[in-house]
Amino acid sequence: MSDHTSTIRLDGVEKSFGAVRALAGVTLAIAPGECLGLVGHNGAGKSTLMHLLAGTLSPSAGSISIGGETHSGGWTTAAAQTHGVRCVFQELSLCPNLTVAENARVLHASLRGIGWKARASALIMEKLNQIFPKHGIHADDEVADLAIGKRQMVEIARAFTVTEQPLSLVILDEPTSSLDAITAKQLLEHVKRETARGLSIILISHILGEVLSTAHRIVVMKDAKVVADKPGAKFSRDSLVEAMGSEHHTAKIAKAKAAQTAAREMVIETAGKSFHVGKGEIVGLAGLAANGQTAMLMRIFSGRECKVSAPIAFIAGDRQSDGIFNLWSIARNATVRSYGALSKRGLISLSKEAELAETWKEKLAIRTPDMENAILTLSGGNQQKTLFARALSSDAGIILMDDPMRGVDVGTKQEVYGLIHEQAAEGRSFVWYTTEFEELTHCDRVYVFRNGAVTAELLSDDLTEQRVLQASFAEKAA
Amino acid sequence: MINAKMLRQALPFLSLAVVLVATFIIQPRTMSYFGLNLMLQYAVPIALATIAQMFVITCNDLDLSIGPFVGLVSCIGATLLLDNPVMGVAALVALILVYAAVGGLIQARNLPSIVVTLGLAFIWLGIAVLILPSPGGKAPQWLKSLMALQTPIIPFPIIAAVVIGLVIQFALMKTSLGVIARGAGGNPVALTRAGWSMFKTKAILFGIAGFFGVLSGLSLLGLTTSGDAHIADRYTLYSIAGVILGGGNFIGGRVSPMGAVIGALTLALAGSFLIFLRISPDWQIGAQGAILIIVLALRALVTRGGQVAA
Repeated sequence: MSDHTSTIRLDGVEKSFGAVRALAGVTLAIAPGECLGLVGHNGAGKSTLMHLLAGTLSPSAGSISIGGETHSGGWTTAAAQTHGVRCVFQELSLCPNLTVAENARVLHASLRGIGWKARASALIMEKLNQIFPKHGIHADDEVADLAIGKRQMVEIARAFTVTEQPLSLVILDEPTSSLDAITAKQLLEHVKRETARGLSIILISHILGEVLSTAHRIVVMKDAKVVADKPGAKFSRDSLVEAMGSEHHTAKIAKAKAAQTAAREMVIETAGKSFHVGKGEIVGLAGLAANGQTAMLMRIFSGRECKVSAPIAFIAGDRQSDGIFNLWSIARNATVRSYGALSKRGLISLSKEAELAETWKEKLAIRTPDMENAILTLSGGNQQKTLFARALSSDAGIILMDDPMRGVDVGTKQEVYGLIHEQAAEGRSFVWYTTEFEELTHCDRVYVFRNGAVTAELLSDDLTEQRVLQASFAEKAA
Repeated sequence: MINAKMLRQALPFLSLAVVLVATFIIQPRTMSYFGLNLMLQYAVPIALATIAQMFVITCNDLDLSIGPFVGLVSCIGATLLLDNPVMGVAALVALILVYAAVGGLIQARNLPSIVVTLGLAFIWLGIAVLILPSPGGKAPQWLKSLMALQTPIIPFPIIAAVVIGLVIQFALMKTSLGVIARGAGGNPVALTRAGWSMFKTKAILFGIAGFFGVLSGLSLLGLTTSGDAHIADRYTLYSIAGVILGGGNFIGGRVSPMGAVIGALTLALAGSFLIFLRISPDWQIGAQGAILIIVLALRALVTRGGQVAA
């Protein structure tokens, strides 16, 4: 497509957040009237890419050019606005306390003066009628009162409204995630009409059928890079899934096959028996991020709607916000879960505490000269190990893990995997939410989640990345 | 059928009506031009301070310095403004600019407004005590005569409160810039993404709050005729209570200017009502608190009722 004069062009764009590389040199051009499908795993860099295009983030290196003009540093939200670049973000960006018309006004600085409200209402209602006939939304409805699907319709319609600057590019990030089958179809029809009129559109979606049926060209991203860029017709569902997955399938870890699930003593069981965990079992929760896995862990933790028959410990993945106590020592952080067992007549036995901390320092090889040092003197991986120590040193029979290996280096991971198997053999149960496929191979059984519900249950023998992906991307029943 | 939302919006007006009727029953002589004027005269400065607080709450912040600020303005008004009007006005304008700067600072450095304004409260009080170590000074004549205005038929405080309420109601709820102000409380991220500057928005909202704080201080001075650094210490809580009584929420950009004014009137009336009940002044603050809790409990009930129905 390089022979076209492109609407917008990225040249060797890179973006890093601290040590994490979110984009590693992406070059991409979008032609006028083109619908570009963008697919990839969570964390592949899609969202970062679109935040760069929208001007809400600025690139660490590389340049963005639009209509022949090159912007290397000064690409801001205001610049994106004046060049007619609009985004529909995944987390909606409407003001819930404002009406539909008022939200249209927020996007258009030119809607002011006498009669602005009438003009704003006309503008947004015309677009809504055009894209989603029979939408049932009124201009005076407060957004907070609308159901999530209708909010998404308003947000999408708002992105297509035009006042002063003509539109050049609209980016839709998971636009159909809250739409039902009919409205999703209406939107895709609208996308086709608009591209036929010369507008460029980037469609980011986890529903591969949508991308395949709508996009002229599909770009697959993986590990912060573009790994495939071909016309949409050259892709099939399977070849897309394959392009997104990792090429090297890790050899299965040989592990002694424990007794069959049925024979195990159940420690967690949900009301409908659709979800259960046996004693000494490692159960993985898979699927795309934020599809209900963490909610499931919280349900188990609070004991709502499920029967739990052992003490629980929780290992947070987001250690900064719900894991470590920043001002405490490593030992304190490691033993806080066990204060009940460590204290006598309301006082903590300091010698027992130090002893426990020292034991787990050895077992987990926490790299520090002294467990009394502040927790923040440790590297991220060792901080995470401390959280493992906190859970494993306690009396908990069930360990819940909320993607605990985020940002942990490979060596540490291997050490922790070994420990998990050892502990499971001793009768502890693990419920492990992870976004990395490789970690699922350590599980006895895996539940795949989509939209808050379990779509598949895979035994470790049947576990392949393809099957997990298939279940994660299960199409909605139309 | 009346839905929960309408009931909720009507609640501030109903509360005011209940307190008003109760006052009339206990002390029928208040049901006169003179009686209402006397009972409600302090409602004007309270209403203005409440409006100031409301602009800060609109962008999800809280101003704990408004009471001492009103006190400081009354001290400047009773001294500098009287002796040297040009310098007096310049000082008041400078105060408004400081307010705006504080708003900008809170946004730029992502500071908790409660802490910043709590600190400011002591600064305002300190300056006020430096200017006027003991109560005194004199209100400018024009302020006194403005606040003692005798309007025909309807007492001046009522007209003033209604006009303030309606003007702000229009500005915040009906104009295109009012939408941006409320959007800043509703979803600051969305506002930034749409190309608006949260820094400017917050600085302007705090500046407006400072402006109404100045008006509150001057109107209070016109009534008391002399300045006092501690005269308005209770206004901080009055103003917050007024906004909330009037149907506003602490977060989410949901405020109601007319409701806030009504809330301020209710609080001012509640004071008189308790005096008529011969409740000792020692118990008055507690009794006012009880009224506040009753109204807020009613609102919570109405809101929950609405959610259950939906």
